[in-house]
Amino acid sequence: MTQEATAAPEKKPILPFIKVPANFPTEDAYLWGSRCTACGAKFLGERTACGSCGATSFDEVRFGGEGEIYVFSVVHQSAPGIETPYIGAIVDLSDGVSVRANVTGLDPEKPSTDWFGKKVKMYGEKVATDRDGNEVIAAKFKVV
Amino acid sequence: MRDVAIVGANMLKFGRYPDKDVIQLASEAALAAMKDAGVTIKDIEIVTSGNLYQSNAMVGQRIMKEIGATGVPVINVTNACATGSTAFREAYMSVASGAYDTAMAIGSEQMGKMGLLGGGGGGDRAYSTEGVMGTGLMPGVFGQAGVEHMRKYGTTQAQFAKIAVKNHEHGVHNPYAQYQKETPLEEVLNARVVSWPNTLYMCCPTGDGAAAVVLMSADKAKQYTKKPVWVAASVLTSDPYTPRNPTMFDINTLTKNAAKEAYEKAGIGPEDLSQVELHDCFATAELLHYENLMLCGEGEAGQLIDEGATKIGGRIPVNASGGLLSKGHPLGATGVANIVEITWHLRDEAGARQVEGSKVGLAHVIGLGSACTINILKR
Repeated sequence: MTQEATAAPEKKPILPFIKVPANFPTEDAYLWGSRCTACGAKFLGERTACGSCGATSFDEVRFGGEGEIYVFSVVHQSAPGIETPYIGAIVDLSDGVSVRANVTGLDPEKPSTDWFGKKVKMYGEKVATDRDGNEVIAAKFKVV
Repeated sequence: MRDVAIVGANMLKFGRYPDKDVIQLASEAALAAMKDAGVTIKDIEIVTSGNLYQSNAMVGQRIMKEIGATGVPVINVTNACATGSTAFREAYMSVASGAYDTAMAIGSEQMGKMGLLGGGGGGDRAYSTEGVMGTGLMPGVFGQAGVEHMRKYGTTQAQFAKIAVKNHEHGVHNPYAQYQKETPLEEVLNARVVSWPNTLYMCCPTGDGAAAVVLMSADKAKQYTKKPVWVAASVLTSDPYTPRNPTMFDINTLTKNAAKEAYEKAGIGPEDLSQVELHDCFATAELLHYENLMLCGEGEAGQLIDEGATKIGGRIPVNASGGLLSKGHPLGATGVANIVEITWHLRDEAGARQVEGSKVGLAHVIGLGSACTINILKR
């Protein structure tokens, strides 16, 4: 079976609310989302309507990468093919939206309540290569 | 709405049934519940069937083909872990509304061995976010929910572990539980970590199972049983908007809302409960629900488990059945099974785990995504 030559591999975000600049990693990935013009609720990515008030008008927001750890779990057992242990956290961005993400820079073997409120910063990381050879980029957070 | 009673209830021991299919399991439970009620399939006017993993496969109708295809309405229900309890509520509503006099709710599931860690097929695995964008699988989600309680109130891993100790103590006396084995505190804390702070014994096992109940209008129920169990409230909520919720499941708000509504409908308060069967899919979850169900004040759940108040014989026994931590959690069966458990206690038929003189019981289930059911039953 022969195949037409495909386009050159791209850098693709693992989720649609991550933007990956063409010159990544020189320029880092970032998160974007929507702010409801009626009630101000913020969401990751694009919205059909507001989950808080039901309005349908939004401003697009580019979120900064700074935030802090709200809560976490250390996952030791997961589905086949997933590397463990890792710290799966909920990060509160200082822009007022929360992200489900891996946190790096802490020892997963020593979970501690000292981690609450730790300042973190987002970075993009290549985590896989897809069927078409594209680099798949995830958003992770490193303790600062 | 008119009064509705449970007149028949039964379940299979939860566990592994590799040689049977889900229709056989559900059919056995349905026949046992009808036998308990003193009815046959010809008396059943509507059937609701809760099943999650085969929700596109007309499980309810296939059960009827197995036990008596009478042509009555059959509704297949799916609502994550609250699938069975939502099926129960649909059956209750059918009778309470006056539309039908006799209804049967069946919950069934065959989990196989993948359980809650089973990964979805299809698609490009390169785009799977699990483990690279945090965690959305249940062990991690309920780990985080427990950690949030640690952050707010200083709760410790040992306090969560005591939930597993208590429920496994109860489970020893439940012949319908998948596991009947005590796990002392040291053993729970030293077991391998699944998703911190939950260790292996703080996670419910997965297994197969089925349960069924027959419901009737008050007038009809009195012709069939001397021990009707009345449905004092049957409430279903979904999770309202909270700022983190699109990212972090909120298992608390919708449970609090459901509890408030259920107590109001039943005309009782949490202090009137004889016992509670609540959704301890993970040890962390049970502790949170003590507060959500108002069994204690905000931030006092750690103290409640420390004092032993939720043991059989304590102020408010929780999960006398051994909970999901002992029983296992066949998703579609779970919600019907905890109604069966409360029914048995209210009829003084719960054997060695009987909560003495139980008069009012609350059955709670939460399915992530989320759906919460609370059913308050009384003798």
